[in-house]
Amino acid sequence: MFKADDLAVFPIDLWIQQGVSWVALNLRPIFLAIKWPVESLLGLNDWLFHAVHFPIFVVGFFLLAWRLSTLGIAAFSAVSLIVIAMLGVWNEAMTTLSLISTAIVFCAVVGIPIGIWCARSDRVWNVVRPILDIMQTTPSFVYLVPVVMLFGVGTVPGEVAVVTAAAPPLIRFTNLGIRMVEREIVEAGLAFGADRRQLLFEIQLPLAIPTILGGLNQTVLTAMVLSVVVAMIGAEGLGLVVLQGLGRLDVGRAAVGGIAIVLLAMMLDRITQQLATPTKSGRPTERVSLFRTVGRVFRGERPDETVAVGPQAKEAL
Amino acid sequence: MTERLEIKNLFKVFSSTPGPALAMLAKGRGKSEIFEKLGVVVGLNNVSLSVPQGAVYMIMGLSGSGKSTFARCINRLNEPSAGQVLLDGRDIVPLGEAELREVRRTRISMVFQHFALLPNKRVIENVEFGLKLRGVAAAERRRRAEEVLSVVGLARWGYHYPHELSGGMRQRVGLARALATDADILIMDEAFSALDPLIRTEMQDELLRLQRTLNKTILFITHDFQEALKLGTRIAIMSEGEVVRDGTPQSIVLEPGSDYVAAFTREIDRSRLFDARLAMRPAEPVLQSEQGTLVSEAGGFGFMLDGNGKVLGVLDAIELGRARASGEVGTLSTDYVSVPPGAKLIEVARSYRDGRPIAVVDDEGRFIGSLGADDILARIASTAPQTVTGERHVQS
Repeated sequence: MFKADDLAVFPIDLWIQQGVSWVALNLRPIFLAIKWPVESLLGLNDWLFHAVHFPIFVVGFFLLAWRLSTLGIAAFSAVSLIVIAMLGVWNEAMTTLSLISTAIVFCAVVGIPIGIWCARSDRVWNVVRPILDIMQTTPSFVYLVPVVMLFGVGTVPGEVAVVTAAAPPLIRFTNLGIRMVEREIVEAGLAFGADRRQLLFEIQLPLAIPTILGGLNQTVLTAMVLSVVVAMIGAEGLGLVVLQGLGRLDVGRAAVGGIAIVLLAMMLDRITQQLATPTKSGRPTERVSLFRTVGRVFRGERPDETVAVGPQAKEAL
Repeated sequence: MTERLEIKNLFKVFSSTPGPALAMLAKGRGKSEIFEKLGVVVGLNNVSLSVPQGAVYMIMGLSGSGKSTFARCINRLNEPSAGQVLLDGRDIVPLGEAELREVRRTRISMVFQHFALLPNKRVIENVEFGLKLRGVAAAERRRRAEEVLSVVGLARWGYHYPHELSGGMRQRVGLARALATDADILIMDEAFSALDPLIRTEMQDELLRLQRTLNKTILFITHDFQEALKLGTRIAIMSEGEVVRDGTPQSIVLEPGSDYVAAFTREIDRSRLFDARLAMRPAEPVLQSEQGTLVSEAGGFGFMLDGNGKVLGVLDAIELGRARASGEVGTLSTDYVSVPPGAKLIEVARSYRDGRPIAVVDDEGRFIGSLGADDILARIASTAPQTVTGERHVQS
C-alpha cells in the first residue's frame, strides 16, 4: 500500500538547519549589532525596576497609572502590585515588567515608522502584510527556535523574541490608523498646500493616534504572553516561576506565578486601553493629540477633561 | 472684467492610461459606451468655462454629474487627463509639485462639504492651518487668524474645539480657514449642503455679505438650483461630465435650452429671481410739449418726462385720453410708485398699490420703462415651453 510517509522526500529540515547554521556563523556581527541595543536598554530597565524601593515603586506606579488613565485603574494597579509582593514573586515580576517595558520601546521605535511607511505606499504594504500574517499566526514558541540558533539562550535572546512577536500589531494599527483618516481632511491638507511631511505630521499622524494606541495595547498584551513563554529559552521572570513549578510538579509554585502574571497583564491592559479611549463622551470626531497624550503624564490632566478653556473664553466667563 | 480663471477643454478620465478613452471621446463616443468598452469612468468631458474676477460661478449638477471632479481639477486634487486650467493666463496643469503647492498655498483655497476641520486642533489653529503650512511666523498667523475669525463672527470661539461648535459655526471656521490665506480664488465644494435649511440660508446670506467686501472669485459647487440662483452671478449646469447650460441665473430660467435644465427651472420662485428690468415694458411717446415728453404705458397711464428723462408726474387714463385728443397736458399727479430696475418682482409686488402705475427708474432717476400688475404676473407664471411631442395619451 502506498503510504503518505513514502512522499517525504524533501529534506527541508536539513536545508533549514544548514541555512540557519550558515547564517549564525557568517552573519554573527549583524546579530550582535541587533542584540546590543536590546541588551543595553534591558539592562538599564532591569536595574531601574529592581533598584527602586518597593513602596516608592508602588506609589510611583499608582501616580503614573492615575495620570494615564483613571483613579480606579490606578488603585487596582497598586493593589495588584502589593498582592504580587505578598505572593513573594516581586523580583520576578520586576524582571517581567522590564522585559515588557523594553519591548514597548523597541516596538514603538521600529513598528511605528514601518507602519507609517506601509500606510504611504501600497507596494510596501503588499510586501509587509504577508510577513505580518505569518508572524501573527506562528505559534509563539516557534519563534524560540531561530532565536536560540541566532542569539543563543538567556534573558536577552528572550527579549529579542518578545520584540519580534509584539511588533506586528503596532505596525498593523499604525498603518490602519493613517489609512483611516478621513479622505476629506487629507484633501483639505493637500488643498492648502501641505507637502508630504506636513501631511504626515500635521494631519495623518495626530488623527491616527487613538488607533496607534489601540495597537500599543495589543503589543503590550502580546509582549506579556511572550515574556512568559521565553522562560523556555532561559529568560528570567514570572515565566520561569511557572516553568519551575511545572518541572517540579509544584502546582502551588506554578499557580503563584500564574496569578502574578494575570494581575500584571490586567494592570497593563487596563492602563493602555484607557490611553486609547480618548474621552468619556466618545464622540467620533473627538481625538486626542500626541502632545496631550504625552502631556497627561506630566501635567496630571484627566483624560475626560479634554475641553481646555482658552484665555478668551475665560474672559467671557 | 478680467478673466481670473479660464478652463479650456478639460477632460478627466479615471484611469492610469487615459489615452484610449480620450481617443474615444474625441470621436464623439458617449460616457456609457466608453464605460462598456473600456471599463473606464469619464469624469469630465470637454469642459470649458471662463470665470471673471469677482464672479460667484455656480457649478450645478446632480450627483455623478462631475461637478466635484471639476472643482478638484481646478486645484489638481484630481489630475486632469487633458486640457488647460489657466490661472491669470498661466496653465497650472503642467506645474511641478513645488509650484503647485505654491499655487495652493497662495492663490486657491477650498471649503469642504463636511468642513474637514482638524478635530484635535482648536478653532484658531484650524484657521491658521494654511498659514502654518506656508511657514508664516506664529505671532503673525495668530494675529491674522483672529482677524479672519472676527470677520466670520466667531471671534469668541477661537480657543474652543470644533466639536463644541454647531454645524453652521464649523463651516464658518472652514470659511475662515480658506479666507485666512488671502487666496483670491475660493472653491466651495457643496459647502452648505450638509447644513440644515435655516442655517444654510443664513450662511448663504453671510457669504453674499462677505463677498461684497472681499470680492473673491468663487467657484461654488452645489446640487441645489435655488442656491445656485441665490448666490450665483453665473451658473454652469453639468450633466454626465459636460456643461449643458451656462449663463446668468435669469437667462437660464428664461431659456433653459433643454428638458434637463427645464426640469430644474420649472419649480423655482420666479418672483425672487426676475427683476423689474426683465418684466418692464418700454413706454410709447404720445406727444411732445414744452414741459417734456408724454409717454403712455401698458396699464393706460401716461408718464410726463422732462428733458433728462425724469418723471415729472403721471396722468390717469381719462386725462391721457384728453391729452391725446387736445394735445394739452392737464394737471399731473404724483400718485405713482418708482422702483429700480434691479428690484426683484417680489419687491415690486410688495410696493404695488391698487390702481397706481409703476415706473422703473434708473440710478440717475431717469425713466426707463413701466410695469403693470399683469406684467408681473405673466413673468412670475412663465414656465419653460414644455416639449410634449411624441407623447400620446391613449384612452382605454
